[in-house]
Amino acid sequence: MSARMVQKGFFEALRVNFAQAIPHTRECGMTVDALDETGARARMPFRPDWLGDTERGVYHTGVVTTLVDTVSGVAAMAAAGRFETIATLDLRMDFLRPAVQGKDLHAHATCYRMTRSIAFVRASAWQDDEREPVAVSHSTFMRGPVPGPK
Amino acid sequence: MIDLASARRAAREQGDFSPLRARVPYAAFLDVQVTLANGAPRFRLPFRPSLIGNPALPALHGGAVAGFMENAALLHLLLLLDERKVPKAIDFSIDYLRSANAVDAHAACEVARQGRRVAQVQIRCWQDESGHPGRTREIALGRAHFLLGDAQSQ
Repeated sequence: MSARMVQKGFFEALRVNFAQAIPHTRECGMTVDALDETGARARMPFRPDWLGDTERGVYHTGVVTTLVDTVSGVAAMAAAGRFETIATLDLRMDFLRPAVQGKDLHAHATCYRMTRSIAFVRASAWQDDEREPVAVSHSTFMRGPVPGPK
Repeated sequence: MIDLASARRAAREQGDFSPLRARVPYAAFLDVQVTLANGAPRFRLPFRPSLIGNPALPALHGGAVAGFMENAALLHLLLLLDERKVPKAIDFSIDYLRSANAVDAHAACEVARQGRRVAQVQIRCWQDESGHPGRTREIALGRAHFLLGDAQSQ
């Protein structure tokens, strides 16, 4: 089997594991739509629970943060190319415009620099148009050891 | 819908935070609990299995911790200031210090700077150390800027 095929199998395993094994992302209805060594895409369907201000009818920014945190971690793991423990060191969000009710949220993250210890990730979230993001983000992750057999 | 001023009064005078929380559905989704201790709001994220982000440890999802802290900052401002509208978050930054255990998390906030248009809020999040009553472990530190008052409509 070529290294390329191993990679492809890893990405699919990561995507499926993500959908089935993480209780909180499952509760939020998040799905990873695309994933490879260049980055990850995820989405989260709208729910009235996501509102932060019922008068204005806009998402709570914390909901956007949760999706971005998730897709950024997945992008870091995809760039690592294998299952390893990844711990978020920090995450910064800029909320460029409100996310409005009734529309799903999409996010894309890229790991733009990977060292032996640290993954540097940038991400953005949007609703209708990727070129008009509701938020952009930078985050760093610490790479842990590869989990061994139990 | 109950207006913000009445919701704030219910919280401040009767300790009833439900009208305020009803204005912020995501705070209700996370089941964020609020108490006032000598006028200072304290926030609690009750543990539930669906908040787990890493089943192997197990640890709370970092996004849920961040969402909890953003809710704490927002509710803190709603309780302490007399804003007529819900303040808008401009940015949010979080440093994760330790992975969050599968137990309740707590948060408290401090307004480091409040101008006419912008407030800067610092958020501290911690958990009780299991097996060591009274000892706490810090989970994360956060900070956020919020747009206030008339500046919000610009």
